[in-house]
Amino acid sequence: MDLVKSIEQSMIRTDLPDLQIGDFLKVNLKVKEGNRERIQSYEGTLIARKGKGLTETINVRRISYGVGVERIIPLNSQKIDSIEVIRRGQVRRAKLYYLRDRVGKAAKVREKLITK
Amino acid sequence: MKNFMLGKKAGMTQLFLEDGQAIPVTVIEAGPLTVVQVKTTEHDGYNAVKVAFGDVKESRVNKPDKGLYAKADLTPKKFVREFKVESTDGYKVGDVITVEALKEGMLIDVIGTSKGKGYAGTVKRYGNTIGPLSHGSKYHRGLGAMAMHTDPGRVPKGKKMPGHMGTDRVTVQNLEVMKIYADRNAVLVKGAVPGPKGGLIMIQDAKNA
Repeated sequence: MDLVKSIEQSMIRTDLPDLQIGDFLKVNLKVKEGNRERIQSYEGTLIARKGKGLTETINVRRISYGVGVERIIPLNSQKIDSIEVIRRGQVRRAKLYYLRDRVGKAAKVREKLITK
Repeated sequence: MKNFMLGKKAGMTQLFLEDGQAIPVTVIEAGPLTVVQVKTTEHDGYNAVKVAFGDVKESRVNKPDKGLYAKADLTPKKFVREFKVESTDGYKVGDVITVEALKEGMLIDVIGTSKGKGYAGTVKRYGNTIGPLSHGSKYHRGLGAMAMHTDPGRVPKGKKMPGHMGTDRVTVQNLEVMKIYADRNAVLVKGAVPGPKGGLIMIQDAKNA
């Protein structure tokens, strides 16, 4: 195997759930305050995944106090305590940048209903 | 004892520190090296160690080289480079130097051959400013004026002009060794190193640490 890939393999996190574009996520991040470390959670819609292997990042968008906020989080960072998938989204593209131009109810992603 | 290493650039990736910081690193496939010759002041006028690196097909080695390796009882290698050392104590022909010669956290200078850019203009080669692209300027990426007027009536020596760019020997100083994988003969160096993937890389102690 390629040397770079084999080195990355040992550092890639395998404890995270399967994430899909459009999912509504709760990302629990470790925040350091002085000497203490606490968990801060950040909720939002997964609008893009970029990169592959160790350098993969996710872009999580939410509306906070009427302002759109997007956080780009490296997926393999130790700063992520855990990620919870709250609900799956029904989407038809890999990058949901169109949500940026929408307000209110139109800026929502339809929930994916699990069919038996 | 001076530390040195030869290697092949494998590519770039990143590394996460304890505090979550992502560090860009270059992966170098380094060593093992075989000492093929030890040069001493008495015999050669200076102290140096000649090392060989990389496997090569028997049929690709020419006869004179084959003879040299056979004399020292070694198998032929692809690259041979020489490193100057203060004292040759502790080196003898046939010694194997592995990537463990380097230590995590130490500063190194990395020497490589930069990627070839071909025949390049002054904008790419020297970072000259480009002219306006519109409003009928007719001066875009050209060379512009060469010199002054009848006085001095010549172009100064060293005038920056278009020409071949790249494939130069480039040294990057004071890069940090982030991690060493002795089992894979790999070393992770902070930042970028010159040259394409697969290019030969020389590593030695930082000169201006």
